[in-house]
Amino acid sequence: MAQHKVNYTENGGLPVALTTVDKLVNWGRSNSLWALTYGLACCGIEMMATGASRYDFDRFGTIFRASPRQAEVMVVAGTLTKKHAEFIRRLYDQMSEPKWVISMGSCANTGGMFNTYATVQGADRVIPVDLYLPGCAPRPETLQYALMMLQKKIRSEKADKSQRPKRLV
Amino acid sequence: MMREYKDKQNVQAKSYYNDRYWIAPRVPTFEPSSDAQFSSDLDSLKEKFTVNEAYIQLMHLVVYINPEDNKQVLEYLHKELGYGRLMELSAIDWLAKSGEFEVFYEMLNIDTAKRIRVKCFIKETQAIESVQDIFRLANFAEREMYDMLGVKVNNHPFMKRILMPDDWQGHPLRKTYPLQGDEAASWYEVDKIFGKEARDIIGPEIRDSAAIDRYDTERFSRLGYEVKFGEEYSSEKTEQNYQEDDGVFLVKKLHKDHTKTITDRDR
Repeated sequence: MAQHKVNYTENGGLPVALTTVDKLVNWGRSNSLWALTYGLACCGIEMMATGASRYDFDRFGTIFRASPRQAEVMVVAGTLTKKHAEFIRRLYDQMSEPKWVISMGSCANTGGMFNTYATVQGADRVIPVDLYLPGCAPRPETLQYALMMLQKKIRSEKADKSQRPKRLV
Repeated sequence: MMREYKDKQNVQAKSYYNDRYWIAPRVPTFEPSSDAQFSSDLDSLKEKFTVNEAYIQLMHLVVYINPEDNKQVLEYLHKELGYGRLMELSAIDWLAKSGEFEVFYEMLNIDTAKRIRVKCFIKETQAIESVQDIFRLANFAEREMYDMLGVKVNNHPFMKRILMPDDWQGHPLRKTYPLQGDEAASWYEVDKIFGKEARDIIGPEIRDSAAIDRYDTERFSRLGYEVKFGEEYSSEKTEQNYQEDDGVFLVKKLHKDHTKTITDRDR
């Protein structure tokens, strides 16, 4: 029997933190966003630079994985061609829920300067996109900012598992 | 700021201005007799095969032959005259002008540093003999020629498309193929992934990459005036900061008035 009175709801009273399940889950999710390596063109170089030591994605908890099964976020970095469209959809389907997509650069957003027969005019024709990142190519700081905005988005979402998975069709 | 409206439909077709005295520049051509090596090579070639036309252009000997002879001519150039390398092979679309393809073979003699361009005309449906068992390069180059222009090649071991997907319709480098793709091309990824019935849901391609609708908050968010997905557009400025207003788990939001600025450096 403790002789002193402890206010458990006060910070610093004991190592107890009170929070909601949503906040706890989203805190975990937003700080361990493992990204699928998805460099399709020159934006991929900027994505690699963001992952390397100078800009250091690891401090956001973002580690590039080479398997869609282990990835939460897909950074579509580069020009998406029509021949490749079915593979990006397959890889997106193989990622486990919950999953997010950052469309990086003009080409992935709208087809960009490739106004031709062979380029998908925006990755959102094939997969649902959470965040569009403009630029040609966006600098690493911009990708970092996009990731921070995605984290913010995740924290404002419900952590409820019963939420419907995003589908285009 | 709105971009000034310009009709972009027919920019290529209309010439900007006309100069009556302008003459299209042409690459000068020379007689084959002006080069000793070329003229002797051409003479020995003429003894065995029909040569329709020959001239020297940009230090290349250009030789027009009959399309049936293409393999024998290349073999002869390779074995007898020392043109051991096939540098490039492709076709030019002259279908609108004469209903023909111009197939060309670019060859190099390493020892004499001379180059020969062998050319021949074939009809649209006519097939040409493969040269892939003489030159390894021809294997991929002939597949690309088939893929991009639809020139058929006989006796090729693996006559399939090389760049475009196997179920692609049309040949993109033909002059009649639209730059932005035909009907099948514009729906290609939708048809393949979701099926034809999803066309209505996904909609046609938006070819104007500068298309913006700030009132459509499902697809656009105006920088500095962001609202949540699908909510009504608001002209009120939103404060853009990384951290949430009430902080996140274990991390409190930093308030400016709770901070202390140290002005005394020697402290």
